[in-house]
This record gives sequence, C-alpha cells and structure tokens, in this order.
Amino acid sequence: MGMTMAEKIIACAAGVESAKAGDIQTVTLDKLMSNDGTTHLTIDMYNKLKNPRIADKSKLVWIVDHNIPSDSPKTAASHKKMRDFARDNGITFYEGEGVCHQVMMENHVCPGELIFGADSHTCAYGALGAFGTGVGCTDYLYAMVTGTSWLLVPETIRFNLTGKLPEGVYARDLILTIIGKIGANGANYKAMEFAGEGLHNLSMSDRISICNLCVEAGAKTALMEVDDVAMEYLTSHGREPKACFTSDPDAVFAEVYDIDLSTVAPIVAKPHFVDNVVPAKESLGVKIDEAFLGSCNNGRIEDLRVGAAIIKGKKVAPKVRFLVVPASRSVYKQAMEEGLLDIFMDAGAIVMNPNCSVCWGSCQGVIGEGETLISTGTRNFKGRAGHRDSFVYLASAATVTASAITGVITTADLL
Amino acid sequence: MSETFTGRVWVLGDDIDTDIIIPTEYLAMKTVEDMKKFGFSPLRPELAGLIKEGDVIVAGKNFGCGSSREQAPEVVKALGIKAVIAKSFARIFFRNAINNGLLLIENDQVQEAVKEGDVMDVTPGEKLSVNGQEFEIASLPDNLLEILNAGGLVKAMRKRNGLS
Repeated sequence: MGMTMAEKIIACAAGVESAKAGDIQTVTLDKLMSNDGTTHLTIDMYNKLKNPRIADKSKLVWIVDHNIPSDSPKTAASHKKMRDFARDNGITFYEGEGVCHQVMMENHVCPGELIFGADSHTCAYGALGAFGTGVGCTDYLYAMVTGTSWLLVPETIRFNLTGKLPEGVYARDLILTIIGKIGANGANYKAMEFAGEGLHNLSMSDRISICNLCVEAGAKTALMEVDDVAMEYLTSHGREPKACFTSDPDAVFAEVYDIDLSTVAPIVAKPHFVDNVVPAKESLGVKIDEAFLGSCNNGRIEDLRVGAAIIKGKKVAPKVRFLVVPASRSVYKQAMEEGLLDIFMDAGAIVMNPNCSVCWGSCQGVIGEGETLISTGTRNFKGRAGHRDSFVYLASAATVTASAITGVITTADLL
Repeated sequence: MSETFTGRVWVLGDDIDTDIIIPTEYLAMKTVEDMKKFGFSPLRPELAGLIKEGDVIVAGKNFGCGSSREQAPEVVKALGIKAVIAKSFARIFFRNAINNGLLLIENDQVQEAVKEGDVMDVTPGEKLSVNGQEFEIASLPDNLLEILNAGGLVKAMRKRNGLS
C-alpha cells in the first residue's frame, strides 16, 4: 500500500521503512522553533530539571516576535530571560527580524524536515514540503532535551486544486472558503495536503497563507509537494532540500476534495469563529474602527503590493486606524524600496515594525470595548484582538485595505 | 486514576478556544495562580470564581482549539477542574493537557444527559454515571496514561529515569 506525504516524512524522521496513519512513532526532530509567547515558560521548566541539557543546540531557533519591542517591564524581563539563555547556550536567536513563521520560511525550513514549533501556526512550513506542527512548551522542552518526541501518524485529507484564482481573489479567500466548508475541527488530528495542477499557479506567498491557516480547521500539519516554484524559493534563499516527498498514487486518503480555483470569490470570516464564513458581499457596510494588514498569514510583500495598489492616492477613512505591519525585516525593506511604505504613510496608515501585532491581541493595536477590526490576521475568536466585547472580521489584504478607505466592510471592486 | 470520583458539572458549548480559556492579555502574569481568576472570562466572567476543586466540565466539539499556549490546560487544572469531558478536543490542547496531568475524556453522548449543576461519577477508562444513565468511555493508550498518572510529562520522565 502506498504512503502519503505525511507518512513518508514521519517514517524518515523515525528511521523506519514505512509508517501508516494511526501508528505512534518516535521521531527525531530536524528543527525546533520557539517564540516569546511561551519560551520563558520552557526556560523555567528547563532550569528545574535535575540534569538539564540540550540534545542538539544547532536545531533550535528562537524568535522574539509576539511583543517586540517590549510593551511592559514584564515582557522586557521575559525577553531578557530568552535572550540571555540563547546567548549562554549558543541558540540561533532573532529579535526584531519578523514574525516567527516568516523568519523560518526565509531562513530555515527545508523540504522533508519534521519541525516542532511552540506556536500553533507552525503548519505554515508545509508550503516548502516540510511537516511543521505546533506544540506546547512541555512537548517543546522534551524535544529540546532528548531531540525526539512521539507523534500519532495523521490521516490525510487531500485537496486537488485545478485552475487559477480569478483577478481580485486571493489565497486567503481560498483557505477561508475551505475552512468554512470543512469546519473548525474538520481536519482535527489530520494532515491537509494540497496538490494538483492548480497548485503550480500559486506563488510561495499564496502557499504559506494557505498552509499557515490550516490549524484553524484543526489540522496537525499542512503539506504541499515541492515543485519548481518551491525549489526556486529555496535555492534563492541559499538552501537545499532534506528530501522531496510526494504521496504515492495508491496512498489512502481520509477524504478527497476537488477544488476549482476559478470558482473562489472574496470571503469574510465573521466573529467569533474562523469557520463562520460568508461571501464578502454579504458583509458589506459593517462599520469598522480599525483595519490590520500584516501577520504570518498575510504580511508578505505580495500582500503589501495588493494593499498599496488599492490605497494609492486615497486616504484612510476618518476615525479609522489602518495598521500596516510587514511580516519581516526583508519584507519591510523591499516595501520601502518599492515605495509601498510611502503610499501607506501618505494615505494616513500607521506603518509598524515587523511583529505579531494585533493578530495576537497583545502588544500594539488592541481594540477596545464595542470596537470592530477587519484583519488579515489568523483568528477572530471572542476577545482575540483586545476587549472581550469586541469584534474581528477576517478578510484578504484587498478587502481589508478597501475597508480601511471607506470605514465599512468593502470589497476592492466597489471602490 | 481508575478510581471513581464525583464532580459537579459545568456545561460549555462547542469550540471553546484557548483565548476563551485564558485571554492573551493575562498571559504575562507571573503564575498560573494569578491567571486563573480570568479563566473563561470572555465567555463567562463569573465562572472562575464559582468553580470548586473536583468539578468537571462537559463541553461540545473541538474543546481547546486555537493557540498552543500551555497556560490553557494549566489554568483549567489550577481552577480545580478534575476532568474535561468533550465531544472532541483540538490536538495541541490534547497533548498539552496530558503533558500537564489534566484528565480529558472524549464522549459525544453525555452532553444530552446533563445540565449544569448535576453531579457526575467519573470512572476513568470505564464510564460516566449521571442522572441514572451510564456512558462507556475509552481508556487512553498506555504511553499517555503513564504521563497522566505521573502528573505530567516532566514528572513521568523523572519517574522513568529514577529521579523521583
């Protein structure tokens, strides 16, 4: 019987010939990412161990992105703990470089790797054919100390993509549509694999957007096979694959969906669940107080180009804050070189340093009681962006920017 | 863990996410003890003050969806909740709960039989008994039971390595 891509990556990491869904395998991790959301807790636990040691420090990557620059003495202390530990133990450390998953994609992720991240959106790494999965800090600590962990081999839901996204429709509309279709736990414990000729029509930025959001359907990981587009991204960033796996023709999938990209339309996820999606046209006119263009999901240069093209020569609506947050330093510099930041600044947007920003509801831009945010972030849970009685709508960079201009939810074609 | 215990039931719905269990703004607090009074506050601000040691939660599908924050199961445990019974659990929360010694029970029928304030008998790995009805529950795999019974992953490793 053939194997899925997820089964092959786990078998490789476990050093066994084959693995099948339902098996529990002990795997050796290729990389271990952690950010300032929880690393201080991992360090506290590590320091309490009787025989603390790091199995392979070269595999650890620590990134300060959730609250950078620090917003209180408490976060400053937690960053210091992380910074000092990384320095004392020779751990690769980034601070101010960007949102962790974007930094990982630009600098570390390689096809075929099995990567733990102490962050739920680690499934983004599937855009480069790597098995990334989110874990808590205890699982992270165990992997850091032993170099290994156990994994239940997931079943795979396969999405066969055909065609091309229409003009004005984006990868984010596609993945929100899929999450709406299968539900917030539709892929719980499972891998979501994307394949088919439609995949080749998607840019790396699109692919990261899609894989990154799969955890909002409960997925353990997201995977895409490595094609020329992925290889070009990898080699242009100076890296080589560990291995390029694809699912066998006779692999067994839990479910198979065929999706024609040309049928996807702009979409909005309404409060307070990511699977609470409606066509954007059905949310038109909802008054907003803040708009956010950024995050590991939608803060890349391609997204900023979409936003800048829409807002060029226009102004942000009165009494609306429009936050523009490039996902990494390299995205920020590129946007600067292309003049995009000038366009946003001239329009009245607030351009901020790369960080997680209001997407995680701490740090910059949190919203107050009764306020409404339209966001390219990852989640719209109750209270996610600030006060418990506030509202978050998720949409594409185009819809978010158009809404920032009018002050109500608006699709770009209506401007 | 296979001994029967009795707990008062709190009923929650589907998709109880980690931002409901402990909102981001409280994560910077020094200890879980400080955080716990804000547990479930976006949904039911009064709940944390009402939960007593030994109570259980009965919820719908996808309990614990969202973030990988381990403070979520830690807060549930610190509030005194002895078990969470849900139709299903989000996978990161599931691992985090076991790794912190919080008992999770998957069952999709008991929800119909209980209301808030009922008293339920829980026999881990065997059954739930409430309002004269019984519901069979599965046992966790051995490797997870070892972790749960030790009180969490770190404690289980200590035990395995003869350090405690």
